[in-house]
Parts: sequence; structure tokens; C-alpha cells
Amino acid sequence: MSKPGKLPHWADVTLVPLASVALAFVISGILIWAIGENPWAAVKLMVDGAFGSSYGWGYTLYYATNFIFTGLAVSVAFQARLFNIGGEGQAALAGLGVALVCLYIPWPHWSLALLGATLGAAIFGAAWAFIPAYLQAKRGSHIVITTIMFNFIAASVLGYFLVNVLRPQGSMDPASARFPSVTVLPKLHEMLRPLGIPFSTVPPVNIALFLAIAMCFAIWFMLWRTRLGYQIRAFGESEPAAEYAGISPVKITIYTMLISGGLAGMMAVNAVMGEQQRLVLNAVEGAGFIGIAVALMGRNHPFGVFLAAILFGFLYQGGAELALWTGIPRELIVVIQALVILFTGALDNMVRMPLTRLFAVRRAR
Amino acid sequence: MDIVVIVQILDSTLRLATPLLFACLAGLISERAGVFDIGLEGKMLVAAFMAAAISFVSGNVWIGVAGAVTASVMLSLVHGLAAITFRGNQLISGVAINFLAAGITVVVAQNWFRQGGRTPSLSGDARMPRLTLPFADALRDVPLIGPLYSGILSGHALLVYVAFLCVPLTWYMLFRTRFGLRLRAVGENPAAVDTSGVSVTALRYGAVAICGVLCGLAGAYLSTGLSAGFVKDMTAGRGFIALAAMIFAKWRPWPALWAVLLFGLLEAVANRFQNIEILGLTLPVQAMQALPYILTVVILAGFVGKAIPPRAGGQAYVKEH
Repeated sequence: MSKPGKLPHWADVTLVPLASVALAFVISGILIWAIGENPWAAVKLMVDGAFGSSYGWGYTLYYATNFIFTGLAVSVAFQARLFNIGGEGQAALAGLGVALVCLYIPWPHWSLALLGATLGAAIFGAAWAFIPAYLQAKRGSHIVITTIMFNFIAASVLGYFLVNVLRPQGSMDPASARFPSVTVLPKLHEMLRPLGIPFSTVPPVNIALFLAIAMCFAIWFMLWRTRLGYQIRAFGESEPAAEYAGISPVKITIYTMLISGGLAGMMAVNAVMGEQQRLVLNAVEGAGFIGIAVALMGRNHPFGVFLAAILFGFLYQGGAELALWTGIPRELIVVIQALVILFTGALDNMVRMPLTRLFAVRRAR
Repeated sequence: MDIVVIVQILDSTLRLATPLLFACLAGLISERAGVFDIGLEGKMLVAAFMAAAISFVSGNVWIGVAGAVTASVMLSLVHGLAAITFRGNQLISGVAINFLAAGITVVVAQNWFRQGGRTPSLSGDARMPRLTLPFADALRDVPLIGPLYSGILSGHALLVYVAFLCVPLTWYMLFRTRFGLRLRAVGENPAAVDTSGVSVTALRYGAVAICGVLCGLAGAYLSTGLSAGFVKDMTAGRGFIALAAMIFAKWRPWPALWAVLLFGLLEAVANRFQNIEILGLTLPVQAMQALPYILTVVILAGFVGKAIPPRAGGQAYVKEH
């Protein structure tokens, strides 16, 4: 296989992900057709369900909030060429942090509770990422394997806490007690009401959406405007070069993973504090893994992550509508997610090669 | 604890270790050839579904097993395409395959059987028959040999014995045949293999295909031998436990056997008891479930002997010109 030159940067960040998503959608469409449903009707139903009403938008944005956090988490790690598959476990443990903060500290106002819960989530998430990071940096154990193992260990730790510590007396359900009402976060419809914008009161989208958007800006600033960000990116480009320039691999690995784990953890603010208002066994619901797809599609850039998170929010909300009205189960979304990961992350050369050839032909003319 | 309980636990240890052993050897062969595979879980899951679905429809479990192996090998080839041909990220490809399997099995199961993403339960010839080893009935009442032979070793499905037979076979293939030597070389130093005129691509595809066959058997045993039918996400992390066992065994077949037996025993004990009291300390069931993963992290960290993966693992080979 010869390399037909390089793709222009703009094409690499826009055309390659778009072509990958298009491929994923086409294959999913064929699957829908193969199980005897109408792909076109399915798309219409999904778009309608996700964007056709403020109810749909509310759910789309709620899911997107989760995915922005986990997508940023994976992206930051990718910038240092670290593959953090552990977002799921980090977010699960962060849920424990949020629950402890909300249940055991008597907060006077939701804003302070939000601050406390965000810190709790970030610290628990970062702490869960710290051990794999330390083991990678100091002992050379592969971070992908350790973070996978830590996902399972997190599930067990959480199960233990819910069954033996946090479960209210007399309850059979492995879940914590309901958080005090002062910790309820303002929903988007409450925030839009003073502006005179009517919005559905049902969806759980809440102030954490703005926290997520703020984190996009913060991570962009950190990566491209600070010394640490420069070091992280330099380390990701070339470890020996970074080391030669005096950047400590141990320090960068651990800092990057702490930031990554903290971001994944902050997802729990939206899901546990913003929606469920108590800690349940599976609060994360795979959002940690969707972060991988979001980061790959968003090309590890916070703005790309934001857009990709909206796309996956749409898929989740649209998929729920699809399951409600047709015979297509929700798991179809998992298939689409898998195909997006496959094409953007593993088969990206397959997508890039024809595009590169196309550009080479155009340039030659 | 009386002898009956011990026999029962060891008996189920063998059964629980079987899918782990197949998957562990599958990962071992793939990674020895330099192709990382964290998609064992997904391949097992697809195989488990295909085995159950086809066995149910055809009424013959062996047709189901063949279908399971075919489906698993096809997923393997997708992984090969990404990892070998297009030189993509092998870890990401594995992740994608796991999700693909988790999604597609439920979508198709719902479409075919309309039972909420499961297959109908299997019975009769659609399930894997249990074999009684020769003289097992006659020896049942002999002390020591009776429980050991008739109680633990006898009475399993054929695939259980195949799995254990795969350990010496894998060892022989890897360390006593020319193919095995080349396969290991391609995982350590592909350039050297290439220079000697042997195709790196063909060897790696070969390893990936064997990995697919073994994962297919693991999944087939899971849904037609260990249980009677497919349910959503029925592999439940077994692919990752197998991966853990592979690292635990430092990519060697015989230690892999001991590792899966240990992890199988842990699962059998956790299934049987909720909390265990050891020296006055209560060990919660969650600790038993987490133990394989914790042990793997400890091994990976090099606190108990260092686990060093094949040197060229995870890297695509770019042919020199």
C-alpha cells in the first residue's frame, strides 16, 4: 500500500469523521432494513423525537451533557496518547462521591451543594484514575488493561457500598436514600422561564449542561494556552522528544489521567444529582464508553467533542423514541456507536485512503 | 463444609473455567502473534447468541456450534482488517467489536424471537449433551476416586474436555511446530520474519482466525452447555476475565490453565456463598467478584513477578521497501 500524500488539515478534521459517521449510518440503515423496518421512517422518527419538541431537545441535551464530560475525559487522555477506557468506573465512583457529599453535608443552598458535589465527583473520579496512572507511569503496566480492570473493581466497590453502607434500613433496593430537596439542581425550564422562553418541564436537563460547556472552554484553554497543556500535547506527539525537552513522563501521565478521571467523574453531577437524586447501581449507563466514540468523532478537540456529544445525545433520545414506537430495540444505538468507534478509531485509514487519493487527483490537475 | 459441597464446587469450577479457558487461549494465540485483542468478550457474546439461536431453530446443537464459530471468526476478520490490513488502533477496534456484539445480538434476537432480546430456552438435542466417562458409574462409591472421577471429572459436555485438551495442543503448536515458532516470532520481531520471506500478514491473520474459532467455542459452550439459551449480555465480563487470566499466566498455555481454574473457582465459590468468613473477617461477595481483576492489576504492576507482553504486540507491521 503506497501512501498517496497527505490530506489537508481541514479535510482531516471534518471529512474523515463525517465520512465515518455516514458509513456507520448506512450500515445501520441496512441493519434496520434487514430486520424488516423502514430505515427512512426510522430516521424521521428519531429526528422528530429528538429535535421536534422542547421535550425531545431537553432529553437530547441531558444525554449530551453526560457525553460532553466523558468525551472530554477520553480526549484529554488521548492528547497525551493515553487510552482511558476507565471513564465508566471513574464516573461510577464519582457517583459515590456525589452521594456522600449530598447525603452527609447539610447544604444551605443548591449552588453550594453543586460546588461541593462537583468537587466530590471530580476528586473521586480522579482518585480512581490515579492508581492506573501511577501504575502506568511508575511500573509500566498497560493503562488500557488496568483501566478496564478498574471498571469492574469499581462496580464491585459501588455494589458493596450500596448494599452494605448507603442502603436505607428496610429497603431491598441496592440504592441510596433520596438526597435532601435542597440539593435539587435547577432544571433548564426554570432557568429559561425568566427569559420568557417556554420549555418542557419533564426532561432532566439541568444546570450541569452549562457546567459541561464551561468545561469545554476550560479544557480548550488548558490544552492550547497553558504550559501544562503544551506539555501534554508534546508528550502525546513524541514521548522521547518531550522527555528530551525536560518534560517528566511520570508527571504528565499522572496529571493527564487525574484531569481525565475528574472530567469523567463530573458526569455524575448531571446524572446522579441532576436526574436520579439518589445513587443507584448503574447510574453511568455506559456513558463512560460513549465518551470513547465522542472523543474519536470530535477529533479530541473540545469543540468537536461538544458537537459529537450532541450527535450522540440525539441518537440516545431518538433511539428511545424508536424503541417506543417501532420494533427496533434501543440496542440499535449501541450498534451505531460501535460502528462509529470502528470507523473513526480503528478503520480510519480505510476511510482516509480514498479521500486522500481524491485530493491527490485534484491537486495533480 | 462437607465433601458433597466441595465436590459440587469443584464440579462447577470446571464448567465455569471452560469458557474462560477457550477465550484465554484465544487471546493468548492472537497476542503471541502481536495482535492485541480486547474484543474476546464481543466474539464470545455473538457466538453465544448464534449457538443458541441456530440450535433452537435446527434442533441440533452441533449445527449451532458451527454457526457460532463462523460468526466469531467473521468478527475476528473485522478485527484483522482493522488491525493488520489498515493498521488501525487494535485496542479501539476491540472496543468497537465488543459494542457491536452487545448491540447486534439484542437487535437480532428481538427481531427473530421477540422475547426481549433472548432466545427461547433450549432443551433436548438443542443442548450440549453431558458425557459420562467410562466406568464413572461403577466407581461412584469408591472412596476418594469416586467423588474425584465420577463427581468432578465425569458428566460434562464434550466442549469441557475439548477445552482442557486445547491446553497441551496450544503448547505443542506454539513451542513445537514451525508455525508456532513463526507465530511467536511475528509477535516479537515481525521485521525478522518478513526478512526471512514469510508473510507477516498471513501469519497474523492465521492467529486471529484461530482466536475466532476458540472464542466461538467459548460462546457456544456458554449458551448451550453452561446455560440453556441466550440472554442479553450473558458473557458478563468473562472475556475480560479471560484477558486477565492471560496476563496472569504471562502469555503461556499451562499457567493459563491454572489461572482460569483459579478464576473459575472464585466464581463458583461466589455463586455458592454470599459472604465468606475467614479468620473472623467477613469477606463480602463483591470482594470475590473483584478478586480476579485485583489480582491482574497486582500482576501487571509487577509486584509478583513481571508480566511482559510480546514485544511487537499492538503494533501494525509496515513492510520495508
